[in-house]
Amino acid sequence: MYTQAMDLAPKEERAALRSAEDALLEERFEARIDEGAFIEAKDWMPEHYRKTLVRQISQHAHSEIVGMLPEGNWVTRAPTLKRKTILLAKIQDEGGHGLYLYAAAETLGTSRDQMFDALHTGKAKYSSIFNYPTLSWADMGTIGWLVDGAAIMNQVPLTRCSYAPYARAMVRICREESFHQRQGFDSLLVMMKDGTAAQRAMVQDAVDRWWWPSLMMFGPPDADSPNSAQSARWGIKRLSNDTLRQKFVDACVEQAQVLGVTLPDPDLKWNEARGHHDFGAIDWAEFYRVVGGHGPCNKERLAARVKAWDEGAWVRDAALAHSRKQATKEQAA
Amino acid sequence: MTTSIALERTPRVQYLLRIADTCLIHAQRLAEWCGHGPVLEEDIALTNMALDLMGQTRALLTHAGRLDGNAFDEDQLAFLRDERDFFNLTLVEQPMRRSSAHAPGGDFADTVLRNFLLASWLQLLWQQLADSSDAEVAGIAAKALKEARYHQQHAGDWVQRLGDGTEESAARLRAALGRAWPYTQEMFEHDGVDEAAAASGLGPARQALREAWQQAVAEVFAAAGLALPAATPFVSTGTLGRHSEHMGFMLAEMQVLQRTHPGGRW
Amino acid sequence: MSTEREWPLWEVFVRPKAGLDHKHCGSLHATDAAMAVQLAREVYTRRQEGTSVWVVKSSDITASDPGDKAMYFDPMEDKVYRHPTFYELPDSVNHM
Repeated sequence: MYTQAMDLAPKEERAALRSAEDALLEERFEARIDEGAFIEAKDWMPEHYRKTLVRQISQHAHSEIVGMLPEGNWVTRAPTLKRKTILLAKIQDEGGHGLYLYAAAETLGTSRDQMFDALHTGKAKYSSIFNYPTLSWADMGTIGWLVDGAAIMNQVPLTRCSYAPYARAMVRICREESFHQRQGFDSLLVMMKDGTAAQRAMVQDAVDRWWWPSLMMFGPPDADSPNSAQSARWGIKRLSNDTLRQKFVDACVEQAQVLGVTLPDPDLKWNEARGHHDFGAIDWAEFYRVVGGHGPCNKERLAARVKAWDEGAWVRDAALAHSRKQATKEQAA
Repeated sequence: MTTSIALERTPRVQYLLRIADTCLIHAQRLAEWCGHGPVLEEDIALTNMALDLMGQTRALLTHAGRLDGNAFDEDQLAFLRDERDFFNLTLVEQPMRRSSAHAPGGDFADTVLRNFLLASWLQLLWQQLADSSDAEVAGIAAKALKEARYHQQHAGDWVQRLGDGTEESAARLRAALGRAWPYTQEMFEHDGVDEAAAASGLGPARQALREAWQQAVAEVFAAAGLALPAATPFVSTGTLGRHSEHMGFMLAEMQVLQRTHPGGRW
Repeated sequence: MSTEREWPLWEVFVRPKAGLDHKHCGSLHATDAAMAVQLAREVYTRRQEGTSVWVVKSSDITASDPGDKAMYFDPMEDKVYRHPTFYELPDSVNHM
């Protein structure tokens, strides 16, 4: 899910080795990976490994930050004080997760400001799912159920990623993530079981709109992801797009039954021979459209982040100026 | 459409709602910053503040609901009261981050200044309410006091940073002060509701907080290079249920789902 | 890209309760130590009482990390990691 950008990039060729020493270092590095060892910030690493990680971790971080926006859209309209509190806490967690991930990426030689610049100028991507609009309160619960559900599937394997600062950030994130999916599902369950007909229709409508984009979150089919093999070798990406997507579908079918909602796929059915649910064709044209910048909310999401950053410049500058003045005063004293 | 509930409006209930509603509406404004803050760390800090205020609001609303003869719960009070039965300070209705067709938005200077002025007031209020003759209120106050102290410290630090930061930040802070100051008079007005609360030991009359508040504010203002503005005759009346034009829009947004789905379960 | 306007980076260590060690939990950006401590509580402890927080400017940490020999000639050798702001360049070249 966070590898969407890399999945779509042309196959990366490794730079020609520069020296015998580099070859030896690379050999030792690959051996450590093979034995399942962790790589820390100061360890020698191939440039390609470092760059891939910076891109993946920062895309993951950007996804968390941009992900605050579609949910932030409903905070002031939450229907009960309890739900408002829960939603605020969830969005705050996402901000925190972004922060942990930026911190992990910074250990690889980039800075948060540089990563923001890449995001704001369109060079870096974030998960496609956040380019869809949140149109009803039921979208909040549906995002919790489907989008956070998909995120958890991606995140747990990453706690065993070879790059340790990323793995440690993921452990922290997974610990906090547990309530996100649960509260979303719970919100939908209440509306479906105890709510009015209008509420049930609201939930079904939300599911109709979020189901297919959720499947697209897992990225293009394995056959169309040329960089996955290298990422897998390096323990950055442990399970393939299609494997995770199938796992997700199987889990959701059961959960949908508990909720009493219909998943909008007439081709969805249990395949005894495979031991999995078959599902219908994904509209990849839509996926490429959204990832390419032409989804329903791409421009608004980016504009919101750029605005927050630009309008916050005077605040950041003021805080820096103040602390430098204080430091000067202390030195003079 | 769900029609509004009707409150009994006893002085005791109104006194508590003045505090609960102030916290609720301020939290509602703070929530506008979620995802839009100037710094990620500060985004998280502002949301922590909003969450603290939500906790205070919910505890007080629940208690006030019980005291009112109709036994309304926190959600009925928050989502089904009519505008004229809300008793928050008008200060907290003022625009914060978002502008609208009807009013320009505020900026981060408005936010930190308002946080500071309000937290300084709430801190003094909670301190005295910790000795309330109402045991439930005293318990709520003991917890809220720690939070208000923290909010005051955090916001006060920001007021100083902006006041003694760059020329731009100082100018923005002065402008924010010009906008906010007239609304602070309402924090110290005195009426029958205050009178009854002081007499019964429920809590202090607002006017009793003025001196300590001015002292706390003056100290931080001095470090921030801000002058205390002159008093004017302006007095806002949110605590009487008569609000600014912003309140109607805020409530329309906040209450929309409950109003649209009578009998809904969430 | 100039690093002049970036807030400095701080490493955060948290002791979750008395009797345990402080544990490194990540980093954050702040303009000074007072802010760093406050923000560390907001971000890494969500203000739970009883937790002790240490913050250290990342560039102030001296590290000794076992690593490949190639590292010993690396000017970043005793820093915790390679970060663009760990070395203050003279103003004239600070635009890199």
